[in-house]
Amino acid sequence: MHVAQEQDKLLKDEFILAKKRLKRHQKKLLFRRLIRNRGILFGGIIMVLLTLLAVFGPIFVPYDPYEMVVTDRLMAPGAQHFLGTDNFGRDLLTRMAYGARVSLSVGLSVSLLACFFGMLIGLLASYFKALDNVLMRICDGLMAIPGVLLAIALVAALGPKMENVILALTIVFVPNVARVVRSAAIVIREETYIEAIRAQGAKTWRIIVLHIAPNTVAPLIVQASFIFADAIITEAALSFLGAGIPAPDPSWGNILHDGKVFIFNAWWMTVFPGILIVLSVFGLNLLGDGIRDYIDPHTSK
Amino acid sequence: MLQAETEKKVLLEVQGLKKYFPVKGLGMFGGTQQYVKAVDDVSFTLYEGETFGLVGESGCGKSTTGRTIMRLTEPTEGKAVYRNVDIFGQSGKQLRKTREEIQMVFQDPYSSLNPRKRIGSTLQEPLIVHKLGQRKDHTERVMDIMQKVGLQLDHFYRFPHEFSGGQRQRIGLARALIANPKLIICDEPVSALDVSIQSQIVNLLQRMQKEFNLTYLFIAHDISVVRHISDRIGVMYLGKMVETAPTDNLIGKPLHPYTQALLSAVPMPNPRIKRERITLKGEIPSPLNPPSGCVFHTRCPFVMDKCKTVQPLNKEVGQDHFVACHLYD
Repeated sequence: MHVAQEQDKLLKDEFILAKKRLKRHQKKLLFRRLIRNRGILFGGIIMVLLTLLAVFGPIFVPYDPYEMVVTDRLMAPGAQHFLGTDNFGRDLLTRMAYGARVSLSVGLSVSLLACFFGMLIGLLASYFKALDNVLMRICDGLMAIPGVLLAIALVAALGPKMENVILALTIVFVPNVARVVRSAAIVIREETYIEAIRAQGAKTWRIIVLHIAPNTVAPLIVQASFIFADAIITEAALSFLGAGIPAPDPSWGNILHDGKVFIFNAWWMTVFPGILIVLSVFGLNLLGDGIRDYIDPHTSK
Repeated sequence: MLQAETEKKVLLEVQGLKKYFPVKGLGMFGGTQQYVKAVDDVSFTLYEGETFGLVGESGCGKSTTGRTIMRLTEPTEGKAVYRNVDIFGQSGKQLRKTREEIQMVFQDPYSSLNPRKRIGSTLQEPLIVHKLGQRKDHTERVMDIMQKVGLQLDHFYRFPHEFSGGQRQRIGLARALIANPKLIICDEPVSALDVSIQSQIVNLLQRMQKEFNLTYLFIAHDISVVRHISDRIGVMYLGKMVETAPTDNLIGKPLHPYTQALLSAVPMPNPRIKRERITLKGEIPSPLNPPSGCVFHTRCPFVMDKCKTVQPLNKEVGQDHFVACHLYD
């Protein structure tokens, strides 16, 4: 008895040691892989910079985004206004920093909301065959209408407000997510390990939430980053068309919209917000691809 | 063999199990509804502590039998009485309770483990599902079972893709064992493994049976493996049970022509020994449209006129030896 206990204790010690060793090793490996992953590295840097611009930019910029100084209108980039001014004499850098808040928060909320509801719909459709037809036909119907058109119609019906833009864009992107999740989940539902869990007596919600859902995350992350980027573009397009964030609130699309009339006199009004939009889309796509490679356990050797 | 002396206690009794899969016919309006008779009127009994082997060629319905008992597919007809309760009539909580006591080991060790879960959490799953013990004791229990099936403790944090087939099958067995089941349905647990690994796993299964007093329903298509592990063997052909007997009887004195053919196909260690081989002609008929009378009559070397029209019944011809064949009427 005594010997057995001693042995038990030894085994446990060994186990704890192995656990510690493994954890340390893993941390090192994870960090190294994170750095080596170009997509996450560059995409991450771009997104961190843009987020910093959105969060802290408005604190540091010296001007008020709404204050019009008629004498300073359409000033070229220079010492006084770093990136120039717009047609009302508002500082462009200031407006772009505030616009970053609007654009990024629209993008983030849309991608989070669309992923949540899309995942819900996709998982339900994949697991319950009776729901599949109903849900997927609704999604097909929504996807038949071009995204921007549907968004314009929804915003026009709901009224141009930031919340309504987010809602409209969420409705536009949910079917995409639902499809991706459903197609991934249908494959996984038929795997033997799902059957094994069912045979063990697990409840349905447990199977769906803990076993099927995590396996759909890889394609979902990629989709989420694309939606984030797409939502920024679409919001810009909506604002550009006058159906998005209402003036005088700045968003990158709004500034573009204001700039299009003066494109020959004041190129900076179109170029700088355009660069930000392109940069954020590029960064998000890099990040999405990087994360997908990163979380795949098969590459974690 | 032990069971012969002591009183046999029935653990599971399968009666008249049928599983028909509907098949959509051709034609504009779906045509006539047809059924694949995967399992057609199969009955057998499992006694506590024994191993019942189920053999037959691919597509004869042996896996479907196992899966239906687990309720992974719904039966078309029949009963499976487990400790005086019909499993097929259970639902919800009762079914979950039954599933705690009946576990399954799957054929494919590669797809039967969730690739995103570490081995530890895969093994903990049954404990959480059935709320067995305290959370903080789970790790200990998992470590305990991992040791018993011959895994190392630092495998706890590994992912399935880091293991070989044999190790994965050990994990699969550990997962089945951890909830302390009474009955384990082994669905071809060794057929995906190398021969040298097969014997390791079979020996492990036998060791675990002794230690935990388990009952096995051992499904396989390799009669030499089944012979090694089973106390009794059932032979299936085209969804029907054609012969059931204690292992020694079945191997020593096979009665059904199909069993004889199966046994004569087993390779001998010494190839120079001359023996009579019974080679079956033709293909296994489609279960969509099984032959009339005895399902085996299209390939039987001893076929009589009667076999083509009259379905043979399962008769007891010797001690615990059942056969469904007109030769023994």
